[in-house]
Amino acid sequence: MQNKDKNANVIRVMLAKIGLDGHDRGIKVVARALRDAGMDVVYTGLHRTPEEVVDAAVQEDVDILGISLLSGAHMHIFPKVLELLKAREADDMIIAGGGVIPDDDVEELYLMGVHKILLQDTPPQEIIDSFRQLVADRGAR
Amino acid sequence: MTNRISSMKLAERVQEGHVRAIARLITRVESGDPEVRQAMAQLYKCTGRAHVVGITGVPGAGKSTLVTQLVLEYRASGRTVGVVAIDPSSPFSGGAILGDRIRMGELVSDPGVFIRSMATRGTLGGLARPALDAVDLLDAGGFDVVLIETVGVGQDEVDIVRAAHTTVVVNAPGLGDDIQAIKAGVLEIADIHVVSKADRPDSNKTIQELKAMLMMSLEPGEGVWRVPVVPTSSEKHAGFGELMAAIDLHAEHLERSGEITERRRQIALTRVVKVAEEIVRDNFARDSRSQTEELLEKVTQRQLDPHGAAVTLLKAMKETIHESH
Repeated sequence: MQNKDKNANVIRVMLAKIGLDGHDRGIKVVARALRDAGMDVVYTGLHRTPEEVVDAAVQEDVDILGISLLSGAHMHIFPKVLELLKAREADDMIIAGGGVIPDDDVEELYLMGVHKILLQDTPPQEIIDSFRQLVADRGAR
Repeated sequence: MTNRISSMKLAERVQEGHVRAIARLITRVESGDPEVRQAMAQLYKCTGRAHVVGITGVPGAGKSTLVTQLVLEYRASGRTVGVVAIDPSSPFSGGAILGDRIRMGELVSDPGVFIRSMATRGTLGGLARPALDAVDLLDAGGFDVVLIETVGVGQDEVDIVRAAHTTVVVNAPGLGDDIQAIKAGVLEIADIHVVSKADRPDSNKTIQELKAMLMMSLEPGEGVWRVPVVPTSSEKHAGFGELMAAIDLHAEHLERSGEITERRRQIALTRVVKVAEEIVRDNFARDSRSQTEELLEKVTQRQLDPHGAAVTLLKAMKETIHESH
């Protein structure tokens, strides 16, 4: 009987690494934690371009696109991703960022339209909770 | 807060090949949203054009890599390709890590390719009903070829053969002795065998063993499909053109021999049975819970046998089914 609503409300997340950034230990831990919380997690692998990630996210129709950046290129990559989503009429997608990002930039990223920044020390449960909250706030689509 | 577009509206756009519409409708069929059914019924009439190829094999055989290379071949030949890539769900949380895209990186940003990752959600045989709906959506969206990459199967999960026009089984060298090849199951379901990683020295042994096995099961006669063994190597970019040609030959064979009619009937049967199973399961869970509990109790106490309980439940279900579905 545990099959009840087995498909309903499964949150789909894409986790992406963009650009010259080979650090994927963190993003794999997050992927595992989200899976264990019952979410479907599409992982892109390393060294993707913003175009590749946005096109993949649109095809996968994910609720949340999470981008992990430890390269310091966040102020360059997030605007590009947001612009591409807009061009593909997919700007209703929730955008989350994680990794190493200075406080001043966090402010600016929120103003730009990134929905959530979760920095490197965020406990997995907090990521899970905030993803669920973000999807709940968005409502049905 | 979002403006929800109706599934019927999206269905119209699917026929124009609109990526967002296809993607969103796949999400809705996967969530079991009842609102999508009418739209899917409409779209089903526009399907049946795409050649559906199932790619299966043991975990680690190289299915995702092979799909990537095969898609590139199709693109070079001017055809568009939809891919449904299936990965296992966790039996504990129900969640899944869908990693097939990692190896398909070079395929994105080409409008002639659409890749969708899906989870098994615990279905036996690895092929859930929503995956077949996704195939319909890609078919209706105008993709010439639809590839279904299954989860890594063992020896008995042969669902794919009842859902695809052509089944490709990917074998990797060094994964077992010849006894593995005699075993039924994945060996027999192949229309085409691939031996991946053919740059490896032990691949020849695998190729020879497979060929020997196929010789043994070969029925003599005119017009019988002879299952080819195609070696491929992604390392050397070799064999994928041959694989595409073998799939095309098989498609021609199906048409010429008339076997295609039987395959289509088989696929239709699979589809109907899968939906019926799902309706029954959902009903068990939703509509007849108190009765289910009561019957389970009786079965536990050995007052009623499982078969008797199942028949009772199905009879009760008949009343409720047309209302909820």
